[in-house]
Amino acid sequence: MPRYEPWDPERASVIIAANRHRAGAALPILHALQHAFGCVPEAAIAMVADALNLSRAEMHGTVTFYHDFRKEPPGRRVLKLCRAESCQAAGGDALAARAEEKLGVEMGGTTADARVTLEAVYCLGLCHSSPAAMLDHDRVYGMLDEAKLDALLKEAQA
Amino acid sequence: MSARIYISRDSGALCVGAEEVARALFKAVERRGLAVEIVRTGSRGMYWLEPLVEVATPQGRIGYGPVKANDIESLLDSGVLEGGEHPLRLGLVEDIPFFKRQTRLTFARVGVIDPRSLEDYRAHGGYKGLEKALALGPQATVEEVVNSGLRGRGGAGFPTGIKWRTVAQTVNPQKYIVCNADEGDSGTFADRMIMEGDPLVLIEGMTIAGIATGATYGYIYIRSEYPHAVEAMEIAIRRAREAGMLGPRVAGSAYAFDMEVRVGAGAYVCGEETSLLESLEGKRGEVRAKPPLPAHIGLFGKPTVINNVLSLASVPIIISDGAAYYRDFGMGRSRGTMPIQLAGNIKYGGLFETAFGISLGELVDDIGGGTRSGRPVRAVQVGGPLGAYFPPALFDTAFDYEAFTARDGLIGHGGIVVFDDSVDMAKQARFAMEFCAIESCGKCTPCRIGSARGVELVDKIVANEDRAENLLVLEDLCNTMKFGSLCALGGFTPYPVMSALTHFPEDFGATPKHLAAAE
Repeated sequence: MPRYEPWDPERASVIIAANRHRAGAALPILHALQHAFGCVPEAAIAMVADALNLSRAEMHGTVTFYHDFRKEPPGRRVLKLCRAESCQAAGGDALAARAEEKLGVEMGGTTADARVTLEAVYCLGLCHSSPAAMLDHDRVYGMLDEAKLDALLKEAQA
Repeated sequence: MSARIYISRDSGALCVGAEEVARALFKAVERRGLAVEIVRTGSRGMYWLEPLVEVATPQGRIGYGPVKANDIESLLDSGVLEGGEHPLRLGLVEDIPFFKRQTRLTFARVGVIDPRSLEDYRAHGGYKGLEKALALGPQATVEEVVNSGLRGRGGAGFPTGIKWRTVAQTVNPQKYIVCNADEGDSGTFADRMIMEGDPLVLIEGMTIAGIATGATYGYIYIRSEYPHAVEAMEIAIRRAREAGMLGPRVAGSAYAFDMEVRVGAGAYVCGEETSLLESLEGKRGEVRAKPPLPAHIGLFGKPTVINNVLSLASVPIIISDGAAYYRDFGMGRSRGTMPIQLAGNIKYGGLFETAFGISLGELVDDIGGGTRSGRPVRAVQVGGPLGAYFPPALFDTAFDYEAFTARDGLIGHGGIVVFDDSVDMAKQARFAMEFCAIESCGKCTPCRIGSARGVELVDKIVANEDRAENLLVLEDLCNTMKFGSLCALGGFTPYPVMSALTHFPEDFGATPKHLAAAE
């Protein structure tokens, strides 16, 4: 289970400094920041812009272009359900609706107790075993049905 | 002598419990005091059999699957270590019809070797291509790739050797090799399988590309949805570097080549090559207009070879076994083999590498076994979210770039997603437009605005609002997107939309008469 650090500008500058020498450093820096803090807060955008000698507007444009980068930290667990064609063909629509109903949130939302963030993802590359899901950073699930989804939701909420 | 057991750590195996199986086996053999070596491999690509447990025997590798963690005790009781009888026993893995019917060139080692072992890689023919490329020299290596007829496996099908030749002919002290591993098409997972199951073949292919074109540095841009592939590639790169296969003197030669992994951030459009380059440079992944071609002005303004994972992973065998060997597989202008991915509502989902020319029907019905739900197949989408939907009436189409183009479709990256008769094709057409709207980079108007208008139009047509007229507008919009977009996202979204409308008009409440009027 990921644990995020509270926002800390000093820690952020260390992360930025460790990556700024890399060619095309923006994405590696943003990933590293999000890994540490669970998101890329507004204050960090200005710091990255400064470090890379870019305007804040440019950096804001880059950060907001990518679906991965969050403004706020997610819930304790992040459950991504695949909503792409292969998983649609294998009953994914009904499972997504079930997950939304059981968690009481829509895709992209976080439960009121901040335990689970539910997100749509467009393909996990597990299309041979659709429907598929991913919990947190790397725990993968395939051949989901109602029972398996329920178990997964229970685990995410625990 | 200890017994040897192979269990996949491919994420397609992990997603159905391979880790639990491996752990249960480890504990059980320890408790029983058995000498067993557990080798973690990639996947054979027969995912309905995962978690697949294979045992080395004098006859070959015997498979058992799909195995659950609580099957381990009974497997050990049945003498699994000697390939003993058990209800889950599948016999020799390479004799399973799905596997036996394939021609595995690019995927020869996937599921067979330990992807983290350079020794295992070499023992199975690895680095023979690089060795030959060093002997041939850059120019002859490029010509081998040209002569093999290899075309870009990412979707566009552009001849790989021509890209290489163009970069080789540029004069610049800094050139780059970029591997496009932003495999975002639903229904595809071949790149992921290579990276997780045989990462060194990709490293070897990129190294050969570097030596052949005069590039000294490479980037593999992997989508963030593939954490296991990222880890596997990073480990393999480290091992190759430690062994002197990457670095200032590749394999002791005068050539320098090194590389690193870069991780995407959830933008589908970054699978488009110029958008990917922008993203690598740390910018918004907006598509560039071509020309200039990346071969002339690519990454950081330098000449750049940008190829798909499968294209680069096919290079070592082309060089080691010769252009003619590879070219002799296939049909027409589609030479060699294609790793085809069977997905969606399919009984036997997985990877099937075969020479071009096999029919779509054979792939879906025969090899894929039809739907998993047991209901009739109604439609298959070939080539990802931007590919056309084909009805069974078109199942005689040969798997070949030109044959699919002739029927207003594309093979793309080789994914086939099967739908049964419960599918609503108007909903699928709407989704194609919606997906384009979500993922559009926003650079060109037909894609950015057209996709949003497309969603509204499909809604109106389904709701029977001025249906005949709106069908005309939808077709007109599709034409505008097709011919007015900078890249394949806006340009190809009309394929799923128009094919759904053409082959399944009843789902839109349209009659063939409406469509005749629309034409």
